[in-house]
Amino acid sequence: MRALDRRLLARARSIRVALGVDVALGLAATGLLIAQAVIVATLVVVAFDGGRPGEVWPLLAALAVVVAARAALSGATETIGRHAACRVMSDLRLALVASRLTGGAPASPPDDEVGSGEIATAAVAGVDALEVYLARYLPQVVLSVTVPVAVLATALVLDPTSAAIMLVTLPVIPVFLALVGSSAGTRARERWEALARLSDHVLDVLRGMPTLRAYNRGDAQADLVAQSGERYRQGTMQVLRLSFLSGAVLDLAATLGTALVAVTVGVRLIGGGLTLRAGLVVLLLTPELYAPLRALGTLFHASTDGLAAAGRILDVLEAGSSPPAGEGDPGSWQLVELAGVTVEHPDRGGAALRDVDIELVRGEVVVLTGPSGAGKSTAAALLLGLRRPDAGAVLVDGRDLATLDVREWRRRIGWLPQRPTMFRGTVRENIALGDPAASAERVAAAAELAGVGDVVAELPRGYDTVIGPGGRGLSAGEQRRIALARALLPEPELLVLDEPFAHLDRESTVVVARAIARVAPGRAVLVIDHDAQLLTVPHRTVELPRVPATQPVHSVAAVAAVAP
Amino acid sequence: MSTLAGLLRLTRPPLGRLALAVTLGAVAVLTGVGLMTLAGYLISRCAEQPPVLSLTVAIVGVRAFGISRPIARYAYRLVSHDLALRSLAGTRAAAVRSLAGRLPDRTGTDRDGDLLSRLVGDVDAVQDLYLRGLIPPLVALASGAVSVTVAAVLLPAAGVVLAAGLVAGGVLVPMLAAALTRSTASRRVTVRAELTTELVDVLRGAPELVVLGADGAAVERIERLDAEVTRLGRRDARAGGMIEGLSVLVAGLTTAGVLAVSVWATADHRLDRVLVAALTLLAAAAFEAVAPLPPAALTLRATLESARRVLEIGATPPSVSDPAHPVPPPGAGPVVLDAVGLEPQDADGWGLHDVDLTLTPGDRVALVGRSGSGKTTLAELLVRFLDPDAGRVLVAGTDARELAQHAVRQRISLDGQDAYLFATSIRENVRLARPDAEEGAVEEALRRARLGEWMSGLPQGADTLVGEDGAAVSGGERRRLALARALLADAPVLVLDEPTAHVDRPTATELVQDVLAAAPDRTVLLITHREDEARLTERVMRLRRGRITPG
Repeated sequence: MRALDRRLLARARSIRVALGVDVALGLAATGLLIAQAVIVATLVVVAFDGGRPGEVWPLLAALAVVVAARAALSGATETIGRHAACRVMSDLRLALVASRLTGGAPASPPDDEVGSGEIATAAVAGVDALEVYLARYLPQVVLSVTVPVAVLATALVLDPTSAAIMLVTLPVIPVFLALVGSSAGTRARERWEALARLSDHVLDVLRGMPTLRAYNRGDAQADLVAQSGERYRQGTMQVLRLSFLSGAVLDLAATLGTALVAVTVGVRLIGGGLTLRAGLVVLLLTPELYAPLRALGTLFHASTDGLAAAGRILDVLEAGSSPPAGEGDPGSWQLVELAGVTVEHPDRGGAALRDVDIELVRGEVVVLTGPSGAGKSTAAALLLGLRRPDAGAVLVDGRDLATLDVREWRRRIGWLPQRPTMFRGTVRENIALGDPAASAERVAAAAELAGVGDVVAELPRGYDTVIGPGGRGLSAGEQRRIALARALLPEPELLVLDEPFAHLDRESTVVVARAIARVAPGRAVLVIDHDAQLLTVPHRTVELPRVPATQPVHSVAAVAAVAP
Repeated sequence: MSTLAGLLRLTRPPLGRLALAVTLGAVAVLTGVGLMTLAGYLISRCAEQPPVLSLTVAIVGVRAFGISRPIARYAYRLVSHDLALRSLAGTRAAAVRSLAGRLPDRTGTDRDGDLLSRLVGDVDAVQDLYLRGLIPPLVALASGAVSVTVAAVLLPAAGVVLAAGLVAGGVLVPMLAAALTRSTASRRVTVRAELTTELVDVLRGAPELVVLGADGAAVERIERLDAEVTRLGRRDARAGGMIEGLSVLVAGLTTAGVLAVSVWATADHRLDRVLVAALTLLAAAAFEAVAPLPPAALTLRATLESARRVLEIGATPPSVSDPAHPVPPPGAGPVVLDAVGLEPQDADGWGLHDVDLTLTPGDRVALVGRSGSGKTTLAELLVRFLDPDAGRVLVAGTDARELAQHAVRQRISLDGQDAYLFATSIRENVRLARPDAEEGAVEEALRRARLGEWMSGLPQGADTLVGEDGAAVSGGERRRLALARALLADAPVLVLDEPTAHVDRPTATELVQDVLAAAPDRTVLLITHREDEARLTERVMRLRRGRITPG
């Protein structure tokens, strides 16, 4: 079994508090359990010996107090554990957001949508699963140690023979643990995966339903889903037959142990070697020897989801780290350059960029070309301060960008990413993302400039149309032009356009090329594209060669070119 | 309650199995009760030091209960899980069947498949309803009745106390649990969904937010939602703790109460003293049956909500239905939209107004319009995913509403912009258009879609898996696969909705040229927003704000 995830422990202080409280509450609960058995046995013996009601009242009052205390303890354990779960998940969520936003340097292009959705779901729904772990499983770990020890100790004091019987039945516990941990456990997990696959299959069918319907295959698929559900049931039942055995083994130990203790205690009572009170206490406690472990096994399976959710987020957190930002004011700059920069690419075992020099002067348009994988987008990330070079520097008028206030620097930049994101919100909100206070006129002007004004005008709700996840779908070309409007709106001094012509038809390409020509004067523009032919402004072309995995490549030659 | 009844109607659990599961569950509880009751009696009786032989029955009984309880419990768990899995399979198939007549969803509320994935989760939750919401209460009812009867026979007062305790623990506490979570349940779902959406936005678009300086606002929104989620979670935690504590309290006090009345009854000689321990242990063991009910009640609302959403699918009328007596499919002839109108479903759409369009056999027509102009709606009318609110769709002179749906779709094939690739092989993805097609026909369709060369480069050829939603193939190949599918279907009319939506410009032109060349004898309607593609056809129509204009 996996113990507490150390990374989780290291990150969330509230877990340590919860753990300490769990141990304390577990010890108290164990004591109360023994006390309850003793009081109940004493009451029975008082009645057995024909005791008067006068003797009974204080005992009953004591029993009520113990019961109330046990109730309070279990309520508190549950509440504290679940509170901790909420706190841990909140901490993890905020840390996740902080690492993505202030970590500054997502090593790779933004995560694909599926991955982001999965992590976000884990970060929100994971709290339910983590509750089981913190509020039930962890306290149960404590109880599954303290309770059997306390029961055995009590039995040893009151009736060593029964203690011996308990000890004989105890070896079932390792057998039980083996069953939980070994093949049965693995196969149970396989079944969960099979269930996940089956759900994926149903989702696959539902998502493709319009296609199936178009080919008259909808009803036939329903039959196939029913068949695969039936196959899943048969396979799962086969596994359950085995994995429920672990519970059955513990049940058998508990009931046979109880029966054995009852019979042998009875025989010794007849012989007069034991008091009824001692016998009863032992009988009451025998089932408790096994109950905590029985519960632990069940909870272990229920809490693996929560640990997986937390682990998923911790993986993401470990990937990002944030270099401290400088404080210098970039001021009114004229020249930005990548000076001998190298960026390592750990995933590929080589460099994304090696010893590259690129100069960019205000008033100049530079087109960066090169085969895919040559590091064009990485060069853009360096200019944006989203990444720091592993060697060399990004210089703004000769000053290292690392020493400058990067937020101030970015205020001067407009960026069209290779895969722009449409955020959930209106078209207006999406365009005015960098300046939410921008007037409707400025938003419309930016949209017109980017060649998306007509498109928006054709939507029934115009700029108030909700786009992004769950909103109206826009074509890839329309999305790029909205992102271009977004980049142009703040009237930046440096424009970084990563494939501005991708997914555009011929007419839109002309519009975008015209927009670039219009904004270029007085600004520095870096256009990343395979095909510089589309630009109508005079420009300089810089070609990045493909970076081989190991061999160093020397700085690239700048090729001067003038557009027709 | 009505949700549960509806679900039972939908999934039709075999009643015999349900009865078997409940019986086994009750037997599992009652053998435990029997074991502890008899053990208590045995020990007390032994303290009176009787002849050992007089105890034989009790000793045998204790052993018999001890052995039969684990067996009964094991069988109970197997049978109840089997029942839940059966009903899960039934619910799944029923959900797919009812959605088969309702997708694509014209309201467009599920543009990202988000609702669908939630629906699959909802269907899976049905399993939980059986295992936690239906079978355990019935087990508690059956075993509780027996336990109370036995206690009442031994001592009526003990029976009364036990009955009161079981009702409190098995009915009142669960009701309280349901009431405590009622107010937060729906709010919780909404806030969590909002938080998830915001998180997805930030995770996907972090670099853009950072560069635009919009990260502060995003963090603020997330912090606010996170605080709300945490607050609701803590409220639920307090409710959970309270319910947990109350359950322990009710069980403990009931045992104490039974013990108290037994002690007094012994003093009054109404009860044999050897039965005090027996009754006390009986009461404690009987609570095993009600223990699962309060925690189940805490989550019951969410589970019922899931079940309700599953049932809702079947409750909404399908967008189209087959006529009672379909007209036999007509012969060859034109497809005509005759003054067709369709009201917009929401403020995001224009609907369609007075649309006339004639496709005579062999026509090559392009329909050009921007996003939102109603192009896809028009395509869906042609294959009768929708019926018009005004005007008629005529297939060779017959109103499409008088034809069976499959007859319309055998004549008119739609290769939609959302043409979907299933997580199976290339071959199966194409073959679904005509399952009885011969191997040669599938290969021929792939070849005509100009995928022959690409496929021969794949190690497994046509048996290569395409991944989840075609993740393993490029945008261009994906479109060509959809095209191969449409070619295999061999319908005389081919409607292509944005066939180049996710393809680069040079590829797009080539693709459209290939489509037109691959189906030389068919009627083709090419729906697109790209002017340069439209020019490749013989006739261009324009759709603007739901109205058609010749181009």
